[in-house]
Amino acid sequence: MASEALDLVAMDDELMDNATRPSTETAPLLHCENLVKRFGDNTVVQDLSFSINPGECLGIIGPNGAGKTTTIRMCLGLTPPDAGHIGYSSVHGQALQMPQDALAIKAELGVVSQMDTLDPDFTCEENIWVYGSYFGLGRDELRARTPGLLDFAVLAQKANARPGELSGGMKRRLSLARALVNNPRLLVLDEPTTGLDPQARHLMWERLQQLLQVGKSILLTTHFMDEAERLCDRLLVIDHGRKLAEGTPRELIAQHIEPEVVEVYGPGAQQLITAPIRSRADRAELVGDTVFFYTHHAASLLLELARQPSLRTLHRPANLEDLFLKLTGRQIREGA
Amino acid sequence: MTEIAQETPPTEPRKRYRRVWGGPSLNPWRAPKLDGSLRPVFMRNFLVWRKLAIPSLVGNIAEPLIWLVAFGYGMGALVGSVNFNGTAVPYLLFLASGSICMSAMNAASFEALYSAFSRMHMQKTWDGIMNAPVRLDDVVMAEMLWAAYKALFTVTAILGVMLVLGISHSWKLLLAWPVLWLVGVTFSCIALIFNAMAKGYDFFTYYFTLFLTPMMFLSGIYFPRTQLPGWLQTLTDYLPLTAAIELVRPLFLDQWPTHVASNLCLLIGVTVVAFWVALALTRQRFRA
Repeated sequence: MASEALDLVAMDDELMDNATRPSTETAPLLHCENLVKRFGDNTVVQDLSFSINPGECLGIIGPNGAGKTTTIRMCLGLTPPDAGHIGYSSVHGQALQMPQDALAIKAELGVVSQMDTLDPDFTCEENIWVYGSYFGLGRDELRARTPGLLDFAVLAQKANARPGELSGGMKRRLSLARALVNNPRLLVLDEPTTGLDPQARHLMWERLQQLLQVGKSILLTTHFMDEAERLCDRLLVIDHGRKLAEGTPRELIAQHIEPEVVEVYGPGAQQLITAPIRSRADRAELVGDTVFFYTHHAASLLLELARQPSLRTLHRPANLEDLFLKLTGRQIREGA
Repeated sequence: MTEIAQETPPTEPRKRYRRVWGGPSLNPWRAPKLDGSLRPVFMRNFLVWRKLAIPSLVGNIAEPLIWLVAFGYGMGALVGSVNFNGTAVPYLLFLASGSICMSAMNAASFEALYSAFSRMHMQKTWDGIMNAPVRLDDVVMAEMLWAAYKALFTVTAILGVMLVLGISHSWKLLLAWPVLWLVGVTFSCIALIFNAMAKGYDFFTYYFTLFLTPMMFLSGIYFPRTQLPGWLQTLTDYLPLTAAIELVRPLFLDQWPTHVASNLCLLIGVTVVAFWVALALTRQRFRA
């Protein structure tokens, strides 16, 4: 059912147009250069540059207050940058610019914001119709499109339900379906799975992967590392409004983190940080009662740890979370 | 499903968006930029209201009519008639012609305060709309026109009831209709200023208690303003509700209003300034 709904999305003239136009394949779809945004004395985004290529999923990861949402708001023309340039190449190959061409650009975008902005007084179906009307879409076109979109969001049974009757996951999927109403080329998703249970998150990821497969591009912010690793072709790590690192998830881990991690906890674990065993690892860190050893070869370290049966150890490959914590620090941020 | 999958490409032409020339401005006082995209925003409000129209109609019309009956018939029996421009006017007619202006004011104010605030702040409806190709300026304008429409709707219903009750039968009431729409526009614009500044619903109590309620008693709805001390009378000359009543009341009495130009200028002037201030404050609120 869902794949047929995707056919509907893929059948649309604009996407076919795009597929037969090789010139747009090479140029970035969205391009941000040296963005700066200040609120009073507080610089929220500093000299941030990035671009998204057609068909790509770019993830922006960073702790709370890192400037992710402000960056998205600038990309949507909702708040103008104090300095820098945001360019977009339209489906017809025109070079558009934020915020001067904000409306023309947004006509080609699909946005799911951090907070659900669904209309509580409308049913799921009406939510999609009304949202489509903001894009200047006609009534017949909207009526024809809506069943496919609801199917895609696994909400076909809920067409006449109001958002108040939906679960958190269903609401997010309705927001996604609503964002697809104009057949966007680029989806902008601000923390699309925050607050969802694992089942709902996996369904959301599956749908986003299907959208990438039909050639949509995605700009995504998240602070879930598994989400970033699963969906994103490329990642941008930001903190305090600055870019800390950029690359594919694998590249970033290889560049910044030793490949193996041994976590040790239990009675006496804290002393290990100053014990001779420390030299067996490239890097060690004490966080609360747990010692993290980062190493290229964990074998000798594990052997030695085995002699102290009171300690509990967890040996695992390094992941994005290790990278994230290394780059952005372990201190608790506002609201966390 | 397969027929949907083979949907033919849309035949209607896609909307074209014009570029905004000149650099991006952060000045909240810059001129409004409007295009046709306020229409779907207005329609969105209309569609929600259509679902709740009956209860909302009862609330909008029942209250002013209860006032009219209580004060008009009750007080009217005690007061008898009121002297208006040298003619004795039955109190009920005097009150009805003033209170209809108040109804327009209240309907517009409630919609542009409580309802607009719900959409802007609580439900984040405005944020959702602005993720589509619609500017904040268009959203604010659509909210303003929507509140004015609600005022017009309320006023029309009350006028209908007044005709049935036989309070006034002058054909000049037809002219009162556009004036009452303008009253709705004026008070929506003023209310949107307070909407832009509000942190919660409680804030609106100040507006009602300190601004609308005194104006209600001082603009000559319940008694002629000639009863007021001279200095206060002069002050009340400049209230927008006074201007509205000066324009509407004579039409109820089958007379022609005097000072039409100055009263219209006052209403339109307040409207333009209030809309501009409301837009600037809303832009600041959204940091747009």
